[in-house]
Amino acid sequence: MGLSEAERGNILTVSYDKIFNWARRSAIWPMQFGLACCAIEMMAVLDPRHDMSRFGAEVFRATPRQADLMIVAGTVTEKMAPIVRRLWDQMPEPKWALAMGACATCGGPYRTYAVTQGVDRIIPVDVYVPGCPPRPEALLWGLLHLQRKIDRMSSTKSGKQGQAAAL
Amino acid sequence: MTDPNTPAAAPETLFGLEEMELNFGPQHPATHGVLRLKVRVDGERIVDAYPIIGYLHRGTEKLFELHPFFQNVPHTDRMDYVAAATNNLAYVGAVERLTGIVVPPRARYIRTLLSELQRISSHLLWLATHAIDIGAMTPFFYTFREREIILDLFEEYCGARLTLNCMRPGGQPYDLTAGWTERCAEFIEDFPSKIEDYEGLLTENRIWKKRTIGIGVLPPEVAMSYGVTGPMLRGSGIQWDLRKAIPYEAYDEVDFDVPVFYNCDTYDRYLVRMEEMRQSTRIIAQCLDKLPEGPIMAKRPRVLKAPKESEVYFGIEGPKGEIGFYIVGDGTPNPYRCRVRPPSFLNLQVLPEMVRGQLVADLVAVIGTTDIVLGEIDR
Repeated sequence: MGLSEAERGNILTVSYDKIFNWARRSAIWPMQFGLACCAIEMMAVLDPRHDMSRFGAEVFRATPRQADLMIVAGTVTEKMAPIVRRLWDQMPEPKWALAMGACATCGGPYRTYAVTQGVDRIIPVDVYVPGCPPRPEALLWGLLHLQRKIDRMSSTKSGKQGQAAAL
Repeated sequence: MTDPNTPAAAPETLFGLEEMELNFGPQHPATHGVLRLKVRVDGERIVDAYPIIGYLHRGTEKLFELHPFFQNVPHTDRMDYVAAATNNLAYVGAVERLTGIVVPPRARYIRTLLSELQRISSHLLWLATHAIDIGAMTPFFYTFREREIILDLFEEYCGARLTLNCMRPGGQPYDLTAGWTERCAEFIEDFPSKIEDYEGLLTENRIWKKRTIGIGVLPPEVAMSYGVTGPMLRGSGIQWDLRKAIPYEAYDEVDFDVPVFYNCDTYDRYLVRMEEMRQSTRIIAQCLDKLPEGPIMAKRPRVLKAPKESEVYFGIEGPKGEIGFYIVGDGTPNPYRCRVRPPSFLNLQVLPEMVRGQLVADLVAVIGTTDIVLGEIDR
């Protein structure tokens, strides 16, 4: 991070993007929002064995206003989809979405009249985690993947270009 | 139930003001998924609550009709997703009774083992979430530590942690792996001391008692009229357990007690579930001792067809209450109709009766004590 002699004077020489991305990826606050089976594995990620706080992402917020990451953990039904969209709209930028499990990714085993065939039909998804449900390790993989993605973002470019640079 | 849209008489409310209507959920950390409650409140007091469900309706019962009997087992996993093994058992039990297959003894014992392990794991998850809802964070870390060991046992047996898919009509898909019984016995020997740890955190805890004693009172006659089953019913002083009343699998060959408590409140339902975990360890220990040798799968046709114009209902005692399947056969390999009797659905209906007159903060405790899973309510 370019720490130098100036460190003693509390001055860092670092690029704007780097320090912001570092701060953003090291303290991702997910939204406490479970839909179905995957939510149980999302809870298991917080337990002593898997311990998501090792990666700075254990502060689950119950309100979308304080959250950076929406983990869509479970089946999105047609009845629930408008609410998921509304919660997404209530989250402040910058924000990311992680589709956890087969249902959120593509509808999973439920090819029925009631189920939205993938949450990416209503919100933009950054990381897809496969599994039914994914193991806690798989969700951690998704989180680390998202951190790498955040590292490649550029805040100086305008929103969409910054996102595009990350891709 | 009264219609939630009818305005109540104004002078009886606090300050003579109109009552307020509050939406609770579907996104709320204490609703255990996507339950939505329309709550009418007068200040902090709840006048009425009205559950609105369907936010997780996935069309499972329709999917049952589209698949052959064997292929439906994975869908039962995803209904009550914290108790997949008991859901499997209820479904395969119904199919076996419909088609007249007799399961070999070893498979019956393995099923009993898995069901009881699942009961413990489900109760541990209930305890963790219930305690978090009320404000005690610590039990979560303790209960999930033990729950992971149970999930390891499941994983070793069938490869999955949560959605087990561990039973088939006619028997068990796999035999127990080498060393499984030893590891299970080790866990069972250790587990009662862990239950004491949890009880040490909660049972005599003053805050816990204040938040649960006298909260969500469910009189026995109300519980029976709503068809409430499981720990909810036994916390209201009615000794009804399908494992004793209509024994299935190996339950008539093992010795265990059915805990009953009589105060009908949230605290007593907590005590019931804690005692049930102890009884489950007893059942598992006996099953491990008595585990017979022999085949694990009955002779069965490759394509299972139900007799024409046949129907069956089979219910078992799941961790939350009576989980049952009603299947109609029409001579084809698919069920003509498959109706689920989920315990959570019936236990949820009684929630308005339990919260009337309570404080808003107690609503969270009452939702926790009903131990609902939206996957099987909405299906």
